[in-house]
Amino acid sequence: MQRYFLTRVGQSLLLLIGVLVLVFFLVRITGDPARLMMPREASAAAVEAFREEMGFNRPLLVQFGDYFLGVLQGDFGRSLHFKSPALDLVLQRLPATVHLAATAILFAMLVGVPLGLVGGFNPGSAVDSVGRLLALLGQSIPNFWLGLLLMLLFAVRLGLLPSFGRDEWRSVILPAFVLGLPTMGQLVRLTRSAVLEVRGEDFIRTAHSKGLEPGIIYTKHVLRNVAIPLVSVIGVQFGYMLGGSIIIETVFAWPGIGQLLEQAIGWRDYPLVMAIAVFTSLAVLTINLLTDVAYAVIDPRIRYGH
Amino acid sequence: MSVLEVKDLVTKFYTLDGVVHAVNGVSFDLEEGETLAIVGESGSGKSVTMMSLLGLIPTPPGKIESGEAIFTTPEGSRDLLQMSVHDLRDVRGGQIGFVFQDPISTLNPILTIGEQIAETLTKHLSITREQARQRTIKLLSSVGIPDPELRYKSYPFQFSGGMRQRVVIAIAISCTPKIIIADEPTTALDVTVQAQIVELFRRLREDLGVAVIWITHDLGVVAGLADRVLVMYGGRVAEIAQVDDLYESPQHPYTVGLLGALPRIDARESRRLVSIQGSPPDLLIPLEHCPFAWRCEYAFERCWEEIPPLIPVAVRHQAACFYNLEEGRPRDVQ
Amino acid sequence: MATRQIAADSMLDVERTLWDRIVYAGRFLWRDRSGTVGLVMFLVVVFAAVFAPLIAPYDPLGQDLRAAKMPPAWSAEGSWAHPLGTDNLGRDLFSRLIYGARVSLTVGFVGVLIAAGLGMVFGAIAGYGGGRVDTFIMAVVNLVLSLPYLLFVVVIASMLGRSLINVILIFGITDAPIFARVTRGEVLRMRESGYVESAISAGAGTGRIIFDHIMPNLIGPLLTLATFEMSRMIFYEAGLGFLGLSVPPSVPSWGNMLDAGRKYLTSYPWIALWPGLAIMWTSLGMNLLGDWLRDVLDPRLRRSRK
Repeated sequence: MQRYFLTRVGQSLLLLIGVLVLVFFLVRITGDPARLMMPREASAAAVEAFREEMGFNRPLLVQFGDYFLGVLQGDFGRSLHFKSPALDLVLQRLPATVHLAATAILFAMLVGVPLGLVGGFNPGSAVDSVGRLLALLGQSIPNFWLGLLLMLLFAVRLGLLPSFGRDEWRSVILPAFVLGLPTMGQLVRLTRSAVLEVRGEDFIRTAHSKGLEPGIIYTKHVLRNVAIPLVSVIGVQFGYMLGGSIIIETVFAWPGIGQLLEQAIGWRDYPLVMAIAVFTSLAVLTINLLTDVAYAVIDPRIRYGH
Repeated sequence: MSVLEVKDLVTKFYTLDGVVHAVNGVSFDLEEGETLAIVGESGSGKSVTMMSLLGLIPTPPGKIESGEAIFTTPEGSRDLLQMSVHDLRDVRGGQIGFVFQDPISTLNPILTIGEQIAETLTKHLSITREQARQRTIKLLSSVGIPDPELRYKSYPFQFSGGMRQRVVIAIAISCTPKIIIADEPTTALDVTVQAQIVELFRRLREDLGVAVIWITHDLGVVAGLADRVLVMYGGRVAEIAQVDDLYESPQHPYTVGLLGALPRIDARESRRLVSIQGSPPDLLIPLEHCPFAWRCEYAFERCWEEIPPLIPVAVRHQAACFYNLEEGRPRDVQ
Repeated sequence: MATRQIAADSMLDVERTLWDRIVYAGRFLWRDRSGTVGLVMFLVVVFAAVFAPLIAPYDPLGQDLRAAKMPPAWSAEGSWAHPLGTDNLGRDLFSRLIYGARVSLTVGFVGVLIAAGLGMVFGAIAGYGGGRVDTFIMAVVNLVLSLPYLLFVVVIASMLGRSLINVILIFGITDAPIFARVTRGEVLRMRESGYVESAISAGAGTGRIIFDHIMPNLIGPLLTLATFEMSRMIFYEAGLGFLGLSVPPSVPSWGNMLDAGRKYLTSYPWIALWPGLAIMWTSLGMNLLGDWLRDVLDPRLRRSRK
C-alpha cells in the first residue's frame, strides 16, 4: 500500500513537471509571447519594452528555469490585468468553482448511480428504460445550450430561479444540473453495465450457493465490485468539472475559475491564463491521486500490487 | 437410506434461439455417505441438473418444469423443488455444499478468504463472529492450508489455483453438510494438484461421512473415487451402475464409447481407443426417439420410434437402451 | 404417462415460445433499430452538409435587415419564406443551419482522421517497439489524458486565433493520445495472443502482418472510438464557437450561431434554439450509431454489455 502510494505520488510529480513544460512552451507556440500578450494595436516599441520587462528575450532554458523555480515556491506569475499575483486571483475564485463542481458531481451521483443500479438489477424494466434514455440524452444534449434554455424558462419566463451569479443558495441549481448532466448519463450507463457484469460472475453464483440472503449478496458482493469502476470515473469526472466548467460558468456568469479564464483570455492576460492552467492541472492531478488511493482501499488487488 | 431422491426432473431454458431442453426427466437417488459420479459430455445436462435442485439456475431464461427432489435429513423429508426460496437458502451452503469448476472466478476477488468462509458460517449456524473466525481457521487447516491464521486475511489472488479450490472446499464443508455437489472440481487444475484435491475429497468423505455428487466428463478420475456412476446424455440418464459394474460390463453404447475414449493400461481385451463419432444432440429440438440413436452403431427401428426408459439390466444397474449388447440383440421389453 | 405429461407441457411451450420469441425479438429489434435510427440521423446531417448549396434556399451569409429577427414560419409573424426564421442580421436560419453541418462535420471528420492517424502510428510504435520508446510515448499520452482537456483546448484556441485549420489541428492533435492508447492496447493483446507470431513463423512479411492480421482487429475498436470521438469533437467545436474561439465569426457554424443567438436569448430565443437542436440531433445519432457499432464490432465489449 505504501509502495503503491509512493509510486503514484512520484508519477503525479512527474506529470506536474510535464504540465509545467507544456504550459510554458504553449504560450510560446505562436513564436512571440510578447505579441500574444500585448494589445493588437500596440506599437513595436511598446512590445519591445514589454518583452524586455518580462524577460522574454533571455534564453528559453533560463526563462523556463525561472518559471519552474517560481512555481515551486508558489509564484505562479503576475496577472497583467490586475497587476497582482495570479495565484491569489485563482484562489479567490476557487471556492465558487469547487462549490459548483461538487454540487454537480453530487447531483450526477445521486441520480445516475441509483438509476444504473435499478437498471442493472432489472434490465428491461420501466426504470431501466427511463435511465437509459436519460443517459443517452445526458450525453447528447449540448449542456451549455440546455443551460441557456433552462435559464430562459426558469429565470426569465417563470422567475423561479436566479439566472446568473452566485448571490443566493438557489443560484447553484441550474448550473450544477447542467454541468452534472453528461456525467450523470455516464454514471447510469457505467453502473448498469457494471452491475450486469458482476451479477454474471461466478463468485455471485458461489454466494448464492452458500445460501446468503440476496440483500447481503447485493451489498457485500455486488456493490463493492461495482464501486471499483465507479470510483475512478467519478474522480476523473470531478477533475474534468473543475477544468471543464468554463462554458457553464460563462453561461451563468458564475464567479469561478472558468469565468476568470474566459475573462483572462479576453484581456490577453496570459500569465493569469498560465496560472489557471497549471493550478487546475494540479488540482486534477491531486484528485486523480486521491481517486487511486480510494481505488486501492476498495480493491485489494491494487493495494498489493497484483 | 437415501439422502436425496430425484424423480423426473425437467428443466428448460427459454432463449431467443428457442427452448433448450436441458434436462429431460432425470431420476436418480443418492445414499447417505455415498459418492455418485455424474459423467457426460459438456451440454449433457450434468450441471443444470444439480443447479436445478437448489434453484441456482438463472430464471428467466431457465425454468424447472416438473419433477421432485426429496431431500431427507434426520429432521424429515422435504421436496427441494417445492421449497420456498427462503427455506432453500438454509439448505444451500448449510446442508448441501457446492464446489465449482474454476476456483479463480468462484471466489470474490475483493474479500478475504476468511471472510468468505466465515459469512457462510454466520448465515447457517448461530455463532458469533469470533467463533466463526476460530472455526474458519480450523476449516482452513483441515483442508490443508498452511498457516491458517495468517491466511485468513489473504485475498484469493494471493493463492494458487489448488489452494483456492481448497478454500472453496472449505466453504462447502463449513456447516457439515449432508451432501457436497462438486461440479468438475479438478478440471481447471494441474494434474498433480488434481490428485491432491481428489485425495482431499476422499479424506473429507471418510471424516465427515458426507455424500458426494461428483460431476465430471473424465471417467479416469471417477474410477478411484466413486461408488456409483451415472452417465448422462442429451439431458437424460443413459446408464447408472456401481462403478465396477459400469467399467466391467457397460450396457449403453454411449458408455461403451466413453470408456473406449478412455486410454486403458490394464485392458484385458484389446479395446479400440476411439472417440465417439458425431456430435451431441441439438437440445433445441424436443426428441421423440433415443437421443443417441444417430450416433449409435446398434440403433434399430425401435430406437427411432420411442425414447428408451431406464431398464433394469442387473442388480442396481439400469441402462436406457433397447439393445442388449452382451447378447447382440434387442432387449425384450414391452 | 410421465412422457405424455411432458409432451403436453411442451405443446403449451410452443405457444409460450412464440410469445417469448416475440418479446425477445422485439428487444433485439429495438436495439438494432436504435442503431439504424442513429445511422439515419447521421446520414441526414451528412446529406445536408454535402448538398448544402442545393438545399439551402438562401445564401447563409446573405443579410436582409428588412427581414431581420423573423420568428419561425409557424408563429404568427413568421413566413414560409424563412421556415426557421432569421437572425439579427436577417440571415436565413435554415440555410445557416444547413451550412453549419459542413463546418461541424469537417471538424469532426478531419479531426478524427488526424487523431486516428497519429494515434495509430504512435500507438503501434509504442506497442511494437516496447522499452524506452513505449515508456516515453505512453508518458506523453498519460500526461495529455490526465489534463483538463477542455481547458487546454480553450487556451490553445485562444492563442492560435480563429480559423478552421487551427480548430481541426487542435482537436486532431489533442485527441490523438486516446487513439494511441487503444491502438497500443490492441497491439499488445495481439502480440500476447500469439497468432501474429505464428503468422511470422509462417513466413508472412511485416506488411502482410499489418494489413492481414493487425488492421482487421484494430478496425472494430477504432471505428467505434472514432464515432464517439467525432461526436465529442462536434460537441466541443460548438462549445468553442460558443465562447467565440472557433471558426471566424463570419463562418456559419453551429457554435457561432449559438454565440450570436445567446445575446438575443430573451427576445428572440429561436436564434439560439436551432443550432443547439442540430448539435443534439447529430450527437444523438452518432452516440446511437457508436453504441450499435460497439455491440456489433467488439465482441469483448458485447459480452459485458448483454
